[in-house]
Amino acid sequence: MSPDTVTASAAVIGTDRARARARAARNRTYLVTGSRIAVLLAVVGLWEWLARTAVIDPFNFSMPSKIWDQIRTWVVDGTAQGSLWEQIWYTLYEALLGWVIGVFAGVVLGIALGRVRFAADVLGPYIKVLNALPRIVLAPIFLIWFGLGPASKVASAVVLVFFPVFFNAFQGAREVDRDLVANSRILGASNRQVTLQVVIPSATSWIFTSLHVSFGFALIGAIVGEYIGATKGLGLLVAASQGTFNAAGVYAAMVILAIVALLAEGLLTFLEKRLFRWKPAEAGSAR
Amino acid sequence: MNSETSPAIELRGASKAFRTPSGTLHTAVRDLDLTIGRGEFVAVVGPTGCGKSTTLTLVSGLEEPTEGEVLVAGEPVRGIGDKVGFVFQQDAVFPWRTVLSNVMAGPRFRGVAKPEAKERAREWLARVGLSSFEDRYPHQLSGGQRKRVALAATFVNDPEILLMDEPFSALDVQTRALMSDELLELWAGTGASVVFVTHDLEESIALADKVVVMTAGPATVKEVFEIGLPRPRKVEQVRLEPRFVEIYREIWSSLGEEVRITRERGALDVA
Repeated sequence: MSPDTVTASAAVIGTDRARARARAARNRTYLVTGSRIAVLLAVVGLWEWLARTAVIDPFNFSMPSKIWDQIRTWVVDGTAQGSLWEQIWYTLYEALLGWVIGVFAGVVLGIALGRVRFAADVLGPYIKVLNALPRIVLAPIFLIWFGLGPASKVASAVVLVFFPVFFNAFQGAREVDRDLVANSRILGASNRQVTLQVVIPSATSWIFTSLHVSFGFALIGAIVGEYIGATKGLGLLVAASQGTFNAAGVYAAMVILAIVALLAEGLLTFLEKRLFRWKPAEAGSAR
Repeated sequence: MNSETSPAIELRGASKAFRTPSGTLHTAVRDLDLTIGRGEFVAVVGPTGCGKSTTLTLVSGLEEPTEGEVLVAGEPVRGIGDKVGFVFQQDAVFPWRTVLSNVMAGPRFRGVAKPEAKERAREWLARVGLSSFEDRYPHQLSGGQRKRVALAATFVNDPEILLMDEPFSALDVQTRALMSDELLELWAGTGASVVFVTHDLEESIALADKVVVMTAGPATVKEVFEIGLPRPRKVEQVRLEPRFVEIYREIWSSLGEEVRITRERGALDVA
């Protein structure tokens, strides 16, 4: 065999192997996706079957087909409180507004206290006390203060969102690399420039971790607020369904909520990827 | 003495004590007298943890001396001045900024307009050979390349005084030799005075005009050696000269004793 044919056959073997590996990887993806669908079908099917054969009480536990019917009715004919989109929009609006206000306040205060030692020492204990309070009990108070409209739900979302964001921003501002701060001061940065161009960028990865969790909290705040008393919203749908012993309605509202939360989470992940292009890719994750 | 003729750096009886977390006072530097002339390259060697780095923070204005005086260009140091550049042991580059933006940071902090800052940054990037990397982020560079970014970011401010705290100690041996040569080239055109802290005696002799040996902590100046090797130097070649070996032996006899003292203390602490 001449050297040429040797390298040629080696190349063929190389591509064959590469192709085999690609095929194996593809097969695995199919297997995982297929198994996921199978798990979903099994759970939903089992639920339906158990409810139909009355092993579990269909009145209490409802069944997937009824939940599906309920969602369809809401989508097509609207709910007793108005169209379904309006309810979703109300809840999202309250959660988003509360989230934005809570995040803003948390980041500003967290960074400020992280930078100004004196303020942190003075306010530290009070913040700890407020954080120790189970903040969801504030929702009824907000209802009294702000009435049945969106304001009371926004307020409960804000108090739920504020603390995790605040603590993360605070920690992030505290744990900035000291050499990096020293370096920027020697390069000529003023205190303000250090805060804006060194501390805040290094704290962003801390802050972003809290953003994921806190959007969930904002939804909880809005829903609980609506559940306690409201004129519109998904929480009201849950409360109303519960009031008419409509288990399917409660589940249907939960399904809708889950979809909304997942979409919001996806959006946040997308934004994070755009913002953190400077970060090295995590080991094992494809870029 | 006016600011034109005074030495670049003067430490007069400078001491620095820190309060440790357990509440006791730890004296890092005691009664330090050191004068560094304009355009001089001075290396400071001493046993590990003896307070070499503290000397640099005193000169930079990051820390104030507990006692004594520190003068830069004849003026007492009050806070961080604009004459000083500092290269840290870890590469203190901004990970969220591109290479170009990192080098622009100094001039931008000091209020230089963006186009001019960009131009100056590009010039220094060209000198450290990173022109084609200006859009990369630091994590996409090798350790040596990151160090070059740090050097460019420091030199772009035209410092009169360059403080370097074991800048190459995290690099592998070959990269280190290359970086040392590059540093000498970059420095040659600037007329800056350099204080280069290291624990590597070979590195210090190859680079410096004067080598200052510090005592075991609390650090103070033990002896100062004139190197007198001709410039321009190539680090790998200068190491082979007989004069280099001679000076090495001479300084090591002084430094070795302090290293031994530090080691014995360490053994006592462990016991």
